[in-house]
Amino acid sequence: MTTAILVSIVMTLVAASTPILLAALGELVVEKSGVLNLGVEGMMLCGAVAGFAVAFSTGSTGLGLVAACGAGIATAMVFAVLTLSLTANQVATGLALTIFGVGVSSLIGAGFVGRTITRLGPVFPAALSEHPLLRAVFGHDIVVYLSLALVLGVSLFLRRTRAGLILRAVGENDASAHAIGYPVIAIRYGAIAFGGALAGLGGAYFSLALTPMWADRLTAGRGWIALALVVFAAWKPGRLLLGAYLFGAVMTLELQAKAAGITWLAPELLAMAPYLATVAVLTMMSIGRKTGRLDAPACLGKPFSAS
Amino acid sequence: MTQPPDQTVRPRLALSHISKSFPGVKANEDISLSVRPGEIHALLGENGAGKSTLVKIIYGVQQADEGSIAWNGETVAIPSPKAARRLGIGMVFQHFSLFDAMTVIENIALGLDEAVDRDELKARVAAILDSYSLPLDPEREVHTLSVGERQRIEIVRCLLQKPKLLIMDEPTSVLTPQEVDKLFLTLRQIASEGCAILYISHKLHEIKALCEAATILRGGKVVATCDPKIETTKRMAELMIGAELRQIVHGDSSGAGAVRLSVSGLTLAGEPPFGTDLEGVSFEARAGEILGIAGVAGNGQSELLTALSGERPATKADAITLDGKPIGTMSAGPRRALGLACVPEERNGHAAVPDFSLADNSILTARHRLPLTPLGIISTGDVKNFADSVIKRFDVRTTGTAALARSLSGGNLQKFIMGREIGQQPGVLVVCQPTWGVDAGAAAAIRQELVDLAAKGSAVVVISQDLDELLELADRLCVINEGRLSAPRAVAELGIDEIGLMMGGVHGESGHGASGHGASDLGEPAHA
Amino acid sequence: MLEWRRRREPSPAMLYASPLIAVVLTMLIGMIVFTAMGYDGFHAVRDIFLTPFLEPQRWADLGVKAAPLVIIALGLAIGFRANVWNIGAEGQYIMGAIAGTGVALATYDMTGWWILPAMALAGILGGMAWAAIPAFLRVKLQVSEILTSLMLTYVAVQGLYYLVRGPWKDPDGFNFPQTRMFTTDQTLPVMMEGSLVHLGIPVAVIIALVAWLLMEKTTAGYAVKVVGLAPAAARHGGFSADRVTWATLLASGGLAGLAGLFEAAGPFGQLTPQFPTGYGFTAIIVAFLGRLNPLGIVFGGIVLAATYVGGEIAQTTVRLPQAATGMFQALLLFVLLATDVLVRYRIGWKVRAA
Repeated sequence: MTTAILVSIVMTLVAASTPILLAALGELVVEKSGVLNLGVEGMMLCGAVAGFAVAFSTGSTGLGLVAACGAGIATAMVFAVLTLSLTANQVATGLALTIFGVGVSSLIGAGFVGRTITRLGPVFPAALSEHPLLRAVFGHDIVVYLSLALVLGVSLFLRRTRAGLILRAVGENDASAHAIGYPVIAIRYGAIAFGGALAGLGGAYFSLALTPMWADRLTAGRGWIALALVVFAAWKPGRLLLGAYLFGAVMTLELQAKAAGITWLAPELLAMAPYLATVAVLTMMSIGRKTGRLDAPACLGKPFSAS
Repeated sequence: MTQPPDQTVRPRLALSHISKSFPGVKANEDISLSVRPGEIHALLGENGAGKSTLVKIIYGVQQADEGSIAWNGETVAIPSPKAARRLGIGMVFQHFSLFDAMTVIENIALGLDEAVDRDELKARVAAILDSYSLPLDPEREVHTLSVGERQRIEIVRCLLQKPKLLIMDEPTSVLTPQEVDKLFLTLRQIASEGCAILYISHKLHEIKALCEAATILRGGKVVATCDPKIETTKRMAELMIGAELRQIVHGDSSGAGAVRLSVSGLTLAGEPPFGTDLEGVSFEARAGEILGIAGVAGNGQSELLTALSGERPATKADAITLDGKPIGTMSAGPRRALGLACVPEERNGHAAVPDFSLADNSILTARHRLPLTPLGIISTGDVKNFADSVIKRFDVRTTGTAALARSLSGGNLQKFIMGREIGQQPGVLVVCQPTWGVDAGAAAAIRQELVDLAAKGSAVVVISQDLDELLELADRLCVINEGRLSAPRAVAELGIDEIGLMMGGVHGESGHGASGHGASDLGEPAHA
Repeated sequence: MLEWRRRREPSPAMLYASPLIAVVLTMLIGMIVFTAMGYDGFHAVRDIFLTPFLEPQRWADLGVKAAPLVIIALGLAIGFRANVWNIGAEGQYIMGAIAGTGVALATYDMTGWWILPAMALAGILGGMAWAAIPAFLRVKLQVSEILTSLMLTYVAVQGLYYLVRGPWKDPDGFNFPQTRMFTTDQTLPVMMEGSLVHLGIPVAVIIALVAWLLMEKTTAGYAVKVVGLAPAAARHGGFSADRVTWATLLASGGLAGLAGLFEAAGPFGQLTPQFPTGYGFTAIIVAFLGRLNPLGIVFGGIVLAATYVGGEIAQTTVRLPQAATGMFQALLLFVLLATDVLVRYRIGWKVRAA
């Protein structure tokens, strides 16, 4: 009995963590290149609605996921053109992207409110994915495994490849990287596109896997939590994984409490938990930073102009 | 160690009649020089003599207007640094292109033109570190390294490309004496393997210790070529500085007035990550005098200025006194109200706000002493009048008080900033690099204003790397080195060789400006 | 080939022209997008941008919608000038309304002229208190105010839900999740008989004038601008960046709180779960459209108010979904940021010879 509860907790926790893990992983790469894209929430919502629309009209969740990546990239490119080519303020443009994503997703989604699709199913055969115990490991959908593979991939890319080295160099000291002869702007375009794809995918996870039904603003600020998670992870993919699952646990508190029959604490107060936890985590990270460690890419958020 | 120069060998690099102009300045004029394989050749000259421009031409960063470059006897064009590296020219810049949060080996990999397998690179770097006995841990992150270790990264980056000519731009300006000794050993070994080295410096004792030939530049021209092992330091200093310098007549302000600014035992930790700590700085500036503070860049000049201005207050109130009043713990505003004005080196973004008009910029520091903002309300008319008076009196070339600071040339903005401070009739004026990047006409005007201000009874402190300027202006001179200040000496008493030694980096532990590290290298009497 | 050339000085003409260019471009793009989506694009854009101005009976509604936007945006703009990015105005707006409602619920059986001012004061303090958290964290611990202020918005929303569903639920309200209706003494007086125009509208204009005087004519406004533009110069001039951070966050929080109270004591007349309308986010667009200039913000507030009013019109005339308003507003901000480049650069013709 207790194992059954534990397994079910694991399942909800993994499901709740996966979208923020994806979005945060994309943002981590963007920030490593020295760009602060505050539009994660907006890109997630665009991905969510595009994924749902395509999955609904084609009946294929797979195509939906691809469309979500595409929508994420497209919105990210708007940000890239404005901040990199037109040197607009990154903070303002990121905010605009979020407001835009909220608007676009509810406009497109207006026609889909209440419609349902087939939920993204588990990868492995029923013998494994519905096994009372093993489903904790084998009962997840493709995006969950993909997100874990991506954490490993990004980690290896940043630490082991020359391209990753150059990406980090651009975020660390864009002027020096430019002086040595690396194409700073082009590299940042690439990073922003990657961030957009993962944010789109993370958003689509809400509409295709978590709640296979369209609802307005269904990401509920998870994009912002993803931004905080990057700070928590000190820009390291491994710690990001840990952080995302910790946040998943906090985010599912409301559900867990309901399941455990706790009624003395109002659900609204439990729903505050992830946001308060984010503030607490950011505060603790800042206290930790006082020891003088270099964590954030040195050029984060600063405009760069080649001339 | 070094082989005797063999005159029959074809020069590795030969420059003939190189000229280069920038708007308003002739940076290089008809410069010829040649460097043979295995030779360590000094390019000697003061700041602004044209050394940097010349090496940028050799390294392909800039193109000469006239003249030609021959490489191993053949005329070549060097359109880019990449082309220079392909020929076999390596350069270690004064300001490193390093990535602080990354490891040594990552920094080296980033500096290579082509991708090299990680393990192979590690092996090659290890081989170089071993054969030159350079202590450097390839896995350390750069921000944990000393300046000398950082420089070794740049040297290894160059050596990996097996250079035929190595250019070192002011390599010792940021090194400790021990690191300098280590660097010289490395350079001699590199030269002994046949690599030519072009060594840019203005430190005479170093050149005497290291180089076999020297080309001396002044005002963009070659004034002499000599063998520094034979030539006297005095003669080289004269050639570098220009003998006519001594004929400049000081304003007659030798009368020692009352002490206006007194600093005693000022100790202040530098700002992380790369600030220099100030250690026990003490000096006095008297009414009517100009005190000069000389020193090579990065030895605590900007820290001293922000400590005096109040941007970074001291911990003890009596570490700084103004007209006898302890002000050490005051912030910038109250200090200014009492009559201490400061002009930092960086004009845009520190002394002035680039996106503000000149009128608005005058509020920045003048509001404490002039009634520009009664009760916190900006008196637009008074502000405009004050800005206008500064523009007129200091001949600032601009479209008017509404012009943005960023639209002014460096010289004109500096005239405005100096005018803004002098126009408030401060009791003490501290100024850092008053004529840095300013054209000759404006520089002369600024210097005249400083002399006039002192003549009216203010104390003026000039912090500068430009020794010409200090000799022209200052009544007394001291040297700042690694955050420590030497005891001041009257300029009139200084011999030219002592000045040369002061420029060459004096480590002021002895308290006498003109003695210290480097003197022992010379092996000649202190007085000519 | 066309190329961008950096201007020596930002163009003052473009500084004022670019918001207008942005509005016109947004109308054009909106027309194309809505047509592509199968709506009557021309009429949609006309109804959103022009009809609210052309029909006098809409003007009152325009003012009612513009007032909270302008009040919030004024505070935000002062912060943005100092590089203080308070994007949690929505939360401070909600906390202002909650604090003011607290006073209202405590005084619901009393009468007196003092009740409404007390509610307004509570609203300001509520917003300030909520903004004080990011201010403290940024000044003392260098925590980015962007994320903290935004996270606190979600907390405020949940707090509102908790109160209206729990302790503050109207005992005579048939179990609906809402508070008591405010009494006459707790409601903003109507300025024009028979209309919706309430006291908040003239107050918004007065605050805009005060903010303009503060930013342009006082040392305090100067300090805000210099800290934002050149922190090192600010320090050199003896200005404290920490004090500016505190002041701007408290000011923007207080103004957002006041706007929230006005909205609660005006159009709503009580607190309900529908109270968070997103004005705190829309005000960000207003601030940028107004070029962070208090007088420009009045203009920006009216334009954005028109998109709300016009959006409702377009819902009935061309059946445009309500969500189109939000997309339209965001589009405006994007286009504005893009046209901003015209202030700093001009387009020139590249001459071939190098």
